Amino acid sequence: MTSLDSFAASFSSARPKMRALMARLPAGRLRLVLLPALTFLAILVVWELATRVFHIPSYVLPAPSRIAGGFDSIPFGRWVEHVWATLRVALMGYAISIAIALPIAIGLTKSETLSACLYPLLVVIQSTPVVAIAPIIIVVLGAEDAPRVVITCLIAFFPLVVSTTTGLMATPPELVELSRSLRAPIHREFTQIRIPYAIPYIFSALKISITLSVIGAVVAEFVAAEKGIGYYIQFSTSLFKLPEAWAGLGILMVMSLGLFQLVALTQKIFFPWSLPK
Amino acid sequence: MREAPDAIAFKGLGQIFKTDSGSVEALRDVNFAVKRHEFVAVLGPSGCGKSTLLRCIAGLLAPTSGSVDVFGLPVTEPRDDIGIVFQKPTLLPWANVEDNVVFPIKHKTGKVNHEHRASAREMLKMVGLEGFEKRMPAELSGGMQQRVGIARALLLNPDILLMDEPFSALDALTREEMGFELLRIWQASPKTVLFITHSINEAVLLADRVLVMTGRPGSVLCDLQVPIERPRSIETTSSKVMHDFSGQLRSLLLKRAA
Repeated sequence: MTSLDSFAASFSSARPKMRALMARLPAGRLRLVLLPALTFLAILVVWELATRVFHIPSYVLPAPSRIAGGFDSIPFGRWVEHVWATLRVALMGYAISIAIALPIAIGLTKSETLSACLYPLLVVIQSTPVVAIAPIIIVVLGAEDAPRVVITCLIAFFPLVVSTTTGLMATPPELVELSRSLRAPIHREFTQIRIPYAIPYIFSALKISITLSVIGAVVAEFVAAEKGIGYYIQFSTSLFKLPEAWAGLGILMVMSLGLFQLVALTQKIFFPWSLPK
Repeated sequence: MREAPDAIAFKGLGQIFKTDSGSVEALRDVNFAVKRHEFVAVLGPSGCGKSTLLRCIAGLLAPTSGSVDVFGLPVTEPRDDIGIVFQKPTLLPWANVEDNVVFPIKHKTGKVNHEHRASAREMLKMVGLEGFEKRMPAELSGGMQQRVGIARALLLNPDILLMDEPFSALDALTREEMGFELLRIWQASPKTVLFITHSINEAVLLADRVLVMTGRPGSVLCDLQVPIERPRSIETTSSKVMHDFSGQLRSLLLKRAA
């Protein structure tokens, strides 16, 4: 909001006419939606004009109108199948990542021995290029969803472990002492103090990981799949159908953005106190 | 009849911390006792082991040598009759004021009933926060947050209240105001208070006795009765006797440092 306002302010101070135009725009939230929407529209118009004026071939950069046409290349039902294939793998990978990452993070916080054993291993997993290991996983686990979900997990779970552990450790030591001075059972130190304290950290990781999950699913489809948006993009490019590939990319972007907003909304509704002021 | 045991008694307490770069002697041969319902201030420079003393009484830290007795029994684990107020209020940001005050019960037993909530509201009334029960901690000033911290420590009606520089994070005016508030609360509900501070004026205004500590290793330099009658008020702060006594403590602390 502030960066946008200052951007608008610098813009408008430079040009009095622009300022008059800005003043006529509605204030507040509507403006927050309207300004980026108009910017996006302007980019599309320039893009469309540029491709026509300079006769840019569609395999280099297809015009937005050609990309829109790309959506018609297969029936709507096929699109739904592709979207569902990718979404399913991304969400399963995401859910499993969360289910793995939270207990690991609690373990790392609770036991120094476990931390010493596991942490180097986690770093090794994280530093292995997932794109390189993906073909191996596909061969080992077969052609179903399982290998794709595993690949997604490998990409998505690391930020969750690191961020959640940081959050669990960031609890004020006084509250841990309060817990000990009350001789409360150890599980309540986690459920009532440490985990709630880690919520802001967990949600920043959840936001990163949801987009990583989509990336993971697409990477897996690039290696081996017969369905999914990633598969569709690769299939289209292999036939030099670039507008269709761009259409697939557009869908992936919408999917990522939508999932990200869903996570952000969950935090806003259920944990409003955890958002920065 | 046998005399009632002291509320707190340090018997040759020593504490040595082992760190990667060797061991640090935090406390050496600490001997003093606090009677029931006495208000004792522990005054000393930073790093003289004041907080370590407090953690030994609370049963959060086992002494390396010697012992601490609470009501005649050596402390081996945390007790139910001790409340702690920390330097920072450390409230739960996701819980409202009332939920923060009942938190020790919820944390200890797993559930909270109407009686607990009623006594939480009573405590909030006592610390001057009636009507703020449903507010969130972020909506309160630093002084109000620390009042919630005090109400939380008083909830289980402890015999002993341990306060670890509770007002040091507040601005000077609020700090003075909170000192008088604490005196009012202490008179309304008498408790044994061990109050850790590095402010001479605060120690003199609040306490019956002041223990002056020196650091590295921390030990008690002297144990002085405060020669000021109760009840104390704003006038006390400008009285000659307070001025003289504060001066005496100041020269003790500075001479030691020099």
